[in-house]
Amino acid sequence: MDIFLSQVLNGLQLGSIYALVALGYTMVYGIILLLNFAHGDIIMVGAYVSWLVMAQLGLNPIIAILLSVVACTLVGVLIDKVAYAPLRNAPRLSILITAIGVSYFLENGAQLVFGADPKVVPAFTDVSTIKLGDIALSFPAVVTVLVTVVATIALTLLVQKSKLGKAMRAVSEDMGAARLMGINVNSTISFTFAVGSALAGIGAVLYAMAYTQASPTMGMMLGTKAFVAAVLGGIGSIPGAVVGGLIVGFAEMIVTWLGLSVWKDAVVFLLLIIVLIVKPTGIFGKTMSEKV
Amino acid sequence: MEEELMNKKRPIISTGGRGPAAGEKKRLPMAARYAINAVLVLVVLVIGELMIDGGAITRYQSTVLEQVGVYIILAVSLNIATGYLGQLPLGHAGFMSVGAYGCAIFVMRMGDLLGVGMRDFTTGTPLSILIVIAGLVFGGLCAAIAGVIIGIPALRLKGDYLAIITLAFAEIIRVVMLNIDSVLGFTLTRGAKGLTGIPGYSSFLLVFGCVALVCFLIHTMMKSRHGRAILAIRDNEIAAEASGVNTTYYKTLAFVVSAFFAGVAGGLYAGCIGVLQPAYFGFMKSIEILVMVVLGGMGSMLGSALSATVLTILPEALRAFSEYRMIVYAVVLILVMIFRPQGLLGSYDFSLSRIIERVMNRDFPWKKKAESAAKEAAGEGVSADAER
Repeated sequence: MDIFLSQVLNGLQLGSIYALVALGYTMVYGIILLLNFAHGDIIMVGAYVSWLVMAQLGLNPIIAILLSVVACTLVGVLIDKVAYAPLRNAPRLSILITAIGVSYFLENGAQLVFGADPKVVPAFTDVSTIKLGDIALSFPAVVTVLVTVVATIALTLLVQKSKLGKAMRAVSEDMGAARLMGINVNSTISFTFAVGSALAGIGAVLYAMAYTQASPTMGMMLGTKAFVAAVLGGIGSIPGAVVGGLIVGFAEMIVTWLGLSVWKDAVVFLLLIIVLIVKPTGIFGKTMSEKV
Repeated sequence: MEEELMNKKRPIISTGGRGPAAGEKKRLPMAARYAINAVLVLVVLVIGELMIDGGAITRYQSTVLEQVGVYIILAVSLNIATGYLGQLPLGHAGFMSVGAYGCAIFVMRMGDLLGVGMRDFTTGTPLSILIVIAGLVFGGLCAAIAGVIIGIPALRLKGDYLAIITLAFAEIIRVVMLNIDSVLGFTLTRGAKGLTGIPGYSSFLLVFGCVALVCFLIHTMMKSRHGRAILAIRDNEIAAEASGVNTTYYKTLAFVVSAFFAGVAGGLYAGCIGVLQPAYFGFMKSIEILVMVVLGGMGSMLGSALSATVLTILPEALRAFSEYRMIVYAVVLILVMIFRPQGLLGSYDFSLSRIIERVMNRDFPWKKKAESAAKEAAGEGVSADAER
């Protein structure tokens, strides 16, 4: 029973990290229909900032968390301004390839600055387990799940209730019409990037908490999986991203538990293929009809 | 040199000047066009081989040249799916790996079976050459089968989803290559340890013979009815379907042909480097090939070949700066996309026959300019007259 519970918690923890990252993918895709390949690498930036602040400067973990989130937000907005904004009206393929270029740039830049070998991020707290009755639960896992729940609720409120959220929904529905209604499209898109990247920053801290590592290419697999999660759930949908993230997390947990961990990447991708074939727009995705 | 080689085999997508006045123009007969190009390919191959034999090109340089050839085939084959069909597959390295493993295992097993030693493959006895050619075709067919399996579900999806599903398939192929031995119970790919002891059967002649053949085949395909159907799908899928083009068939066809040639390139790659590891064929390899196609200009065979050549030779030439290489790659990619989204050459393709015809017709660009200037002057005169 104990093992079962801790496995479920592991799956929840992994799934929550994927969900947070997937939310970033989904928001950016929802608004400018761009697969932001660089999103995974923003997490890498966040993890390195955590490492810099704690291991190199020896500062308080809370400062590390704050700085990581701020750094990720800035990097996300900067990427949008420098690389994507000039291509707003370009063909979709060009923007996608630019995103791949940005991802390449961040990965290799990190490799140049920090070296190829992984850096160990120190523990954020001394507490490693918390007792719930007589069951000991892993503290990072509980924090990860709680933070994800809070972040998802906050994001949903932001998108559904606030004025900025309304602007975001309007831009994603029809950019031209939104502009005519007096919405500043560019700043709305920048804001979306900022929110998505801030979530990636939180994801980075949680990832560093769970796996205590930062390496230049860490964002690639994490990003790809989170992206799979976003597509699985239906890209553009916030609940879809969370559900997708949890599905991917649990799938990995189950495969690993069965002792087949070498196959876990294949299982995740196979899951994606099956979902896409059965429901091409993902679980929560809206079917869009094409106008001729 | 390989640029020259490419020059003769690029598709002339625009038929150019088949207007009402075409009858007055002198045209080069098709047979003559093919003959000129074939002779030039042979000349290049012979010169290259003589230079290698004579020692003008070192062993190291010829290995780099072979890799250039492999990447040209990869870029040109991806160009079918990206430039001509207008899709974005992100799993080209998957097809390449299927072809590489298929060809390498075929050649090794057949070599054992028929008693052809490692040295025979490097020196090139007739039997070994036959085995290698059969192996390349086998590798290509394996990749083509993978292409069918991937293409049929993937091509139902559009744009980004297609990119993702091909990426997913390529990753699955990689994981399968890594772990297949434990499932089969006998050694096939040797997993992460890598497949070693592959005979070094790739030579300058073989690789560039394949380059010429592949470019020729793609060129003729794209000039045929089938090629035009593929281009029609790229330009407007709905209109193409409405005009009676079987879009599913032609999309799958383009995808499978692209996979086949990637498999052949994989086979040559295996013979070139002698060791295969699944890690060689990750997502990054697919991106590398895509970058070549995009930089050269999507839909331009010459562009793909040129950028494959430059992007393979440049890192070798800039060994000292290898740390910065990838960053430069990334920055160049972003800058090209921002300032020239259609790629460096766009969809321009070079045609030797077209130039010869121009010379035959005394139809030079500068002449045209002078003519139009004269016309303009005359036109102005007319309007001035009218005003008066």
